Amino acid sequence: MRVLAAMSGGVDSAVAAARAVEQGHDVIGVHLALSRMPGTLRTGSRGCCTVEDSMDAQRAANKLGIPFYVWDFSERFKLDVVDDFVAEYRAGRTPNPCMRCNERIKFAALLERGLSLGFEAVCTGHYASISEDGDGNLELHRSLAMAKDQSYVLGVLNTGQLSHSMFPLGATASKDLIRQEATERGLSVANKPDSYDICFIPEGDTREWLRDFVPTDPGKIVDSEGNQLGEHDGHVGFTIGQRKGLRIGTPAADRKRRYVLEIRPKTKEVVVGPEEALQISDLFGARYTWCGKAPDNLEQSFDCDVQVRAHGETVPAVVTIVDEEMRVELKEPLYGVAAGQTAVVYLSTRVLGQMTIDKTRSKVSTGA
Amino acid sequence: MSVFLDHASTTALRPCAKSALNDALEVLGNPSSVHSQGRITRELLEVSRDELAKACGANRSEIIFNSGGTEGNNHAIKGIFWDRNAKDAECKIIISSRTEHHAVIDPIQWLAKNQNAVVLFVEHFANGMVDMDSLKALVKDHGQRIALISLMWVNNETGVVADINSVTEIASEFEIPVHSDAVAAFGHVPIDFQSSGLTAMTLSGHKVGAPIGVGALVVARSAKPISLVHGGGQERSLRSGTMNYSLAASFAAAAKEATLELEHETARLGALRDQLEAAVMDTVPSAIITAKGANRASYNAHFVFPGTQSDAMLFLFDQQGVCVSAGSACQAGVLGPSHVLMGMGLSELEASACVRVTLGKTSTIQDVQLFLEALEQVHPVALQATPA
Repeated sequence: MRVLAAMSGGVDSAVAAARAVEQGHDVIGVHLALSRMPGTLRTGSRGCCTVEDSMDAQRAANKLGIPFYVWDFSERFKLDVVDDFVAEYRAGRTPNPCMRCNERIKFAALLERGLSLGFEAVCTGHYASISEDGDGNLELHRSLAMAKDQSYVLGVLNTGQLSHSMFPLGATASKDLIRQEATERGLSVANKPDSYDICFIPEGDTREWLRDFVPTDPGKIVDSEGNQLGEHDGHVGFTIGQRKGLRIGTPAADRKRRYVLEIRPKTKEVVVGPEEALQISDLFGARYTWCGKAPDNLEQSFDCDVQVRAHGETVPAVVTIVDEEMRVELKEPLYGVAAGQTAVVYLSTRVLGQMTIDKTRSKVSTGA
Repeated sequence: MSVFLDHASTTALRPCAKSALNDALEVLGNPSSVHSQGRITRELLEVSRDELAKACGANRSEIIFNSGGTEGNNHAIKGIFWDRNAKDAECKIIISSRTEHHAVIDPIQWLAKNQNAVVLFVEHFANGMVDMDSLKALVKDHGQRIALISLMWVNNETGVVADINSVTEIASEFEIPVHSDAVAAFGHVPIDFQSSGLTAMTLSGHKVGAPIGVGALVVARSAKPISLVHGGGQERSLRSGTMNYSLAASFAAAAKEATLELEHETARLGALRDQLEAAVMDTVPSAIITAKGANRASYNAHFVFPGTQSDAMLFLFDQQGVCVSAGSACQAGVLGPSHVLMGMGLSELEASACVRVTLGKTSTIQDVQLFLEALEQVHPVALQATPA
């Protein structure tokens, strides 16, 4: 099979490419240039997007003896990921840019380009597995290395995308084994630090970064009853569940810590309240997709597990589709869930689908 | 083995350059030393200087050996600007072109950003030739305040040959120094520094079949560009660093051979190029030959393939074993739209859809045929791979 290995310059994608080569595929390494003005050297815990990372990727490709190219997706990335990220924050939501990147860049723009250039699959270093059910339907599953599992950020993939995806690391039990394998293969990135931050935010400070895109727009910080507690210089960048940086002078009557419960862009209000008010019992979203085959009977509710953060906990839930909206009733509450986040629905280890959360409901007080 | 049709990026080491290098590497000595070994290597260096001077029509004292084109351009531009500007603070205008190589544009922009230089650009005709009337107007308007004019002899992307004598004639009214980046010209078009009227001219070794890492700035005896780095002043007090007589010997050998062969090779490559262009137009009638109608160096064929993207074309050619190029890639390896084509007035879309084919000493009709066979495969796929 002709395979495009997306190589970020990190150890995971390098080992994934190596395994694809070893499996006998005709592999070509591609580094995605996602910034028109890439930095020269890697800083902090970002794992891609600098010239140094591109060179690391090239060194790995050379070691594997595969051709290597840098493809420019900076414009698409800006439109589909960065602009979307800013727009979501402006609207008072908390987006997941990695998910958007998978949805629109890696498994859309890159895959489409690959297919039109004669490739059959895109191979990445994501920790997840693709398998087939008894009828030959493709399924996305969690990786064996649960601590590194990235099936959450791949929940947006549809059947067509799954059929052109390869995740060679899914069956490996831990990242340590990947690093060990990279060392054995003589890959210079074997001990390169993991990346955690959002790749296009150099200092890792989202609020600070957003300041360049969103003008200062002061508003009130209020409690659930609408009483003003303080002021802020812009609602953008506040996140549901945030405790630090609220700058509320007077303590709450009950002396309890206060958290951001809701962001109201229209009135520029940031609503704060006690921790228990962050308990979310229901999630709603009209933008949902199925990962692989959809459930047979969508008129019936079904039991599942739900995860709302890339490395967050999973809680049991019941999913119902009503009026083209996915409704998720959580059997145990989740804390600090924000509109804009993605809820991924699992059946055991299988990713069944995902939705972008439009609305949440709290048992304690009204949520966003 | 791949088909190499990217001789403008670098070209094969000439056997004569290789043996000159190997021979010189066997000789011990620092050309600045006063003992016998020093004298031996000094002689190697000075013979090389004679040969290179002869090859480009310069006086031997005008050859400043250096590391290559980027150093030469930086030295000429910054050095002449600094020299002139130190004598007259109002003399701070640099005239150049938007179609220059980055090794010219970037030092000029650096001067503009950091040293108050003012940059003015000449206009171009649609075929890429400099509009001499626009140059005349700029010179007339700014006269003595112009520190320097820098215009390349042959454009590295499109192959367009500039009329350097007209440039220096226009500049002579106000005795404005003219620098020319002749990296893409040397060995391909006749060059005579002394009759060109230039103050400085940049040459690079690896474009004529010497190794990468050697070049020369040809500087008129009357000029004294300020040095970029300071040290022993080994090269006419303008350039410091232990003189690399081995690379100089290799460069001189390559330059000598290239100059001797120039007439014959120009005709041979020109015929190949014409065949290639005609066949490309047969295969892809929508293709556009860049700078058609302009005076172009015979080793260069440059095309815009509307509806494609350069990086897809280059990728597909590479997959077919054909090495060609497009605009220059950024540090990260991303191929942007060609600033040269945009400087000529083409759209960003056109400037992102070009392919440059450049021939050299080792090029044969078989190479051209293999390119054409590859093009038949590549073009339809590239069209399909380009989002509408």
